[in-house]
Amino acid sequence: MLSVDDLHLAAGPRELVHGVSFTLTPGEAIGLVGESGSGKTLTCRAILGVPPPGVTVTGGTIALAGEDVSRYTRRQWDRVRGTRVAAVFQDPASYLNPSLTVGRQLDEVLRVKNGLSRRDARARAVELFASMGLHRPEHVHGQYPYELSGGMLQRVLIAIAVSGDPDLLVADEATTALDVTVQAEVLDLIAGLRERRRLSLLLVSHDLAVVAQLCDRVVVLRDGRVVESGPTRQVLDDPADPYTRALVADHREYGLDRLVTR
Amino acid sequence: MTAALEADGVEVWLGRRATSRILDGVGLTAPAGQIVGLIGETGSGKTTLARAIAGLAPLHAGAVRVDGVPVSGLRGAELRRFRRTGRVQYVFQDPLRSLDPDLTVAESVAEGLAVRGDGRAADRRTAAVAALRLVGLDPALGDRLPGQISGGQRQRVTLARALAVGPRVLLLDEPVSALDAANRNHVLRVLDRLRRERELAIVLITHDLGSLAGVADRIVVLHHGRVVEEGPATQVLLAPEHPYTQRLIASVPSIDGPRPIYARSTT
Repeated sequence: MLSVDDLHLAAGPRELVHGVSFTLTPGEAIGLVGESGSGKTLTCRAILGVPPPGVTVTGGTIALAGEDVSRYTRRQWDRVRGTRVAAVFQDPASYLNPSLTVGRQLDEVLRVKNGLSRRDARARAVELFASMGLHRPEHVHGQYPYELSGGMLQRVLIAIAVSGDPDLLVADEATTALDVTVQAEVLDLIAGLRERRRLSLLLVSHDLAVVAQLCDRVVVLRDGRVVESGPTRQVLDDPADPYTRALVADHREYGLDRLVTR
Repeated sequence: MTAALEADGVEVWLGRRATSRILDGVGLTAPAGQIVGLIGETGSGKTTLARAIAGLAPLHAGAVRVDGVPVSGLRGAELRRFRRTGRVQYVFQDPLRSLDPDLTVAESVAEGLAVRGDGRAADRRTAAVAALRLVGLDPALGDRLPGQISGGQRQRVTLARALAVGPRVLLLDEPVSALDAANRNHVLRVLDRLRRERELAIVLITHDLGSLAGVADRIVVLHHGRVVEEGPATQVLLAPEHPYTQRLIASVPSIDGPRPIYARSTT
């Protein structure tokens, strides 16, 4: 599905990611963890073909369904993005046009990417909103981003992301800014989508507990290198690398997990 | 004994209509040397309460007292004088937006003292360095701009700025929710030390009830502008009584594995 092999990323002469490798099989969910500066967001942006300005792939490959996309041009990416890979990020509002209704923004994607007519696009958009757990989807279709809560906006973004029926969903800190109850609902939504659509998931999070909710395997990054990877329970319960051990210990120092075993 | 911070019967209305209340009879007490966790999700009124306590939003009813002295009725010059004392410090959620991008870290930290007209520039600089040390930051960071330090460091800079003016009461709005575990722990350890060494009354405002375990002495749960539950932290976390508190706790993800899906309707 996704195979990242010896990926190197650099900003000019400075190398930031030094040979990261991992694979994601169809339907699988992998959690990419590490502290800020570990390269997890850079790696994930390279996988999406949107590295930050000045950052380029200097070595290795990123294979999506067998095809190396690491040196794709913008036009080549337009073909792949949305249909093979799609993404949601931390701040949904900043990915929407504030002056268009959210329904119209999804309609447009459906018309351009899926070639639907105006009327079909609208019907499909309402259907997608409903399947994202948005109540009164017809009404939401006509609302502007400022009229929706953070959780509703993230559901809209997820609807847009899955509208092209991608094989891989990348979620980069997608629930970090949400209230805990809303976070739980959005995590449930993503879990449901995985089941129903056989989506592969690449989840980037600083919160090990969020990763523990959804992921089959965990890849731990530090300073642009993979220090450990393996099945989620193995990595979190019995970490082999001292850095992973420190991450887990830091996580458990405060919070409910230290108080109760659930 | 009077608590460092006492708020009772606090009402804040939307506009002039008593029928639409953002806060409806809310009470909150924070004794010196204690950390009180104020839990509330978006729209609960938690930020309005913090603003009301800090004198940034008017009350429609109720009272706020700091060390037994009423501060909620202050107006005009009196209110300005009270704010200048710096006895109540409110640390906003987003450190990047609350720090002036053109001021160095040390200038930002010293700003509150300058506004108050304290000492000479050199003394203020010394006080800023002391405040940075207090939150565990290398004073050498004082010469950098907010954009040149990490998010976790910025969070501690806003804390240092609040501490520089010697407050009695510290109101912190989501100080750790965006931080990774190591930075979160660092901030929480600093708060724990401040509570003990400086006898500060700290109100820690967050939507994440789980993050208060091991930190807060007491927890107050705010829902739709009302306190639905309050008590000693361990009691609220381990034996929550109100269904809303129970739902909050059930929503907290655990590192030990997936929680049961209760929100099937959304998938």
